[in-house]
Amino acid sequence: MNDTANVPENHAPLNHVESCPDPRHFNFTARVLHWSMALMILAMLFVGIGMVSSLSLRPALISLHQPLGIAILLLVIVRLINRLRHRPPPLPADLPAVQVFAAKASHWLLYALMFAMPLIGWCMLSVGGYPVTMFNGFALPAIAPHNATVYAVFRSAHTWLALLLFATVLMHLAAALFHAWVRRDDVFASMARGYVTNAKTLGEEKEHENSANE
Amino acid sequence: MQNTTSTPDLLSRRLTWLPLLAIGFIVAAIVLAFAWVAGWLTPDRLTPARFTNAIETSNGQVHRGFRRAHAKGVCVAGYFEGNGQGVELSSARLFSTVRTPFIGRMSIGGGSPYGLDNKARVRSMALQLNSDDGQQWRMAMNSFPFFAVSSVEAFYEQTAANAPDPATGKPDPAKVAAFAAAHPEFARFAEWAKNTPWSTSWANTAYNSVNTFRFSNPAGEQHHVRWSMQPQTAFVAMSPEEREAADDNFLTEDLMARLAHGPLRWDMVVTIAAPGDSITDPSKIWPEDRRKVTVGSVVIESSSPQTSGACRDINYDPLILPKGVDGSEDPLLAARSAVYSVSFNRRQYDIATGKADTAIGQASSQETSP
Repeated sequence: MNDTANVPENHAPLNHVESCPDPRHFNFTARVLHWSMALMILAMLFVGIGMVSSLSLRPALISLHQPLGIAILLLVIVRLINRLRHRPPPLPADLPAVQVFAAKASHWLLYALMFAMPLIGWCMLSVGGYPVTMFNGFALPAIAPHNATVYAVFRSAHTWLALLLFATVLMHLAAALFHAWVRRDDVFASMARGYVTNAKTLGEEKEHENSANE
Repeated sequence: MQNTTSTPDLLSRRLTWLPLLAIGFIVAAIVLAFAWVAGWLTPDRLTPARFTNAIETSNGQVHRGFRRAHAKGVCVAGYFEGNGQGVELSSARLFSTVRTPFIGRMSIGGGSPYGLDNKARVRSMALQLNSDDGQQWRMAMNSFPFFAVSSVEAFYEQTAANAPDPATGKPDPAKVAAFAAAHPEFARFAEWAKNTPWSTSWANTAYNSVNTFRFSNPAGEQHHVRWSMQPQTAFVAMSPEEREAADDNFLTEDLMARLAHGPLRWDMVVTIAAPGDSITDPSKIWPEDRRKVTVGSVVIESSSPQTSGACRDINYDPLILPKGVDGSEDPLLAARSAVYSVSFNRRQYDIATGKADTAIGQASSQETSP
């Protein structure tokens, strides 16, 4: 248990929990980003499918979709930095290897898609000759030159990756609830709250504190 | 884990199916909601894709890489010159006394890129104006002064009624008659189409916004408006005999000949709604005595074929608007925006997948005209 050695010295003991060898939960920044982005991403998926399938709601939904997408892009940058600087709590030791793999792979897939979707969206609008409107009177610059073929590729990619993101989000949700309701381990709690309430883990927390004091 | 007692363990094991069912239910509910929003559960709901399918069907065939509507046209370029009169109405940069360059397109109605100019009742002007403040205004205007029908559903029914009967290759007269009977407002459009004199050129035709927009000025005052590009080129009527004798591509030939002698101009005339004027129904014209303001001129300087011109890969979505201009509550506007987007996606996809050699001017011979 000398994982603290991996944490750069300048921000090692941010608080008493992080000074523990294994954090018991995600830090405050991670939890706020997780839940706000969960809401935003789910909203984006519904706004996205809604705006391409409605003859009346497209103008309203597209004016929401573009700034929200850029907001997610900015937030995922902050989130990745936070994730790389703060070790997440470990998965339960008794978790089957295949579930460990699924958990790790799906999290990196989620990160990849959180970056890819807004970037592809921005790129797609650029190569399609469309303005990327943030609000009335302000548009982002194009990040690629106008091109029909590249537009078609990016436009298709935006749809298919959105469906992949939707499927991954649903699997993530199902797995989180599986941890909470079926396995009843601390995985869901590690993102849901910043303190641990059940007696067993409180005891362990005390043990950690004791060992840290030694 | 090893600390937990056996009693809750047994209990939880017995009830494992319940949380699993709950998880399955939650995930299924979200998937169903998504599928419903997407329209996958409601095959009869009109969506942009289904509307575009109806347009393709009414065209008789899909012309790969071409616009699904107003497929035949020519790219133009020029500038808009504001005269300052529009500044009181809208904060759009266009209306200042500056020149705003545009990439435009003149076209005829119909879904065939080989449509006959002398049979096309509807002519159009589309502009993408790029202001020096980085804002963009796209307009898609038509020669008819009011829309044929008053609702999106009626527009769809009109499109469906005009689909060629496989037996005759022409629209079924019974269906067309049934459509007209169900939509009395269409009679006014039919009357316009039949009795309004044809002009001899794209240059001496007026192009109208048809739909209503909302202008807002820096003081925050708002006005519902429609506008019209009124030609400075004198109107010359074309008799039925002249039309019969005219070349299939006479509009393009005429435009090129005129541009060889100098630029072509239109005045942009903005009409301001009075209380009570219909905002949501583009088939209803506003009374003639409404206040009108001439805000500047459209000047076309050059043209190029649409297979290679800059207008080819532009979606003239009438809801891409600068600050100071917004769409109105007119539902046809939102529907046009949605359907144009599908049409654009399909033709760009045609080009990307190599199915559109004719549309991008790389075919050795024209595909057969229907």
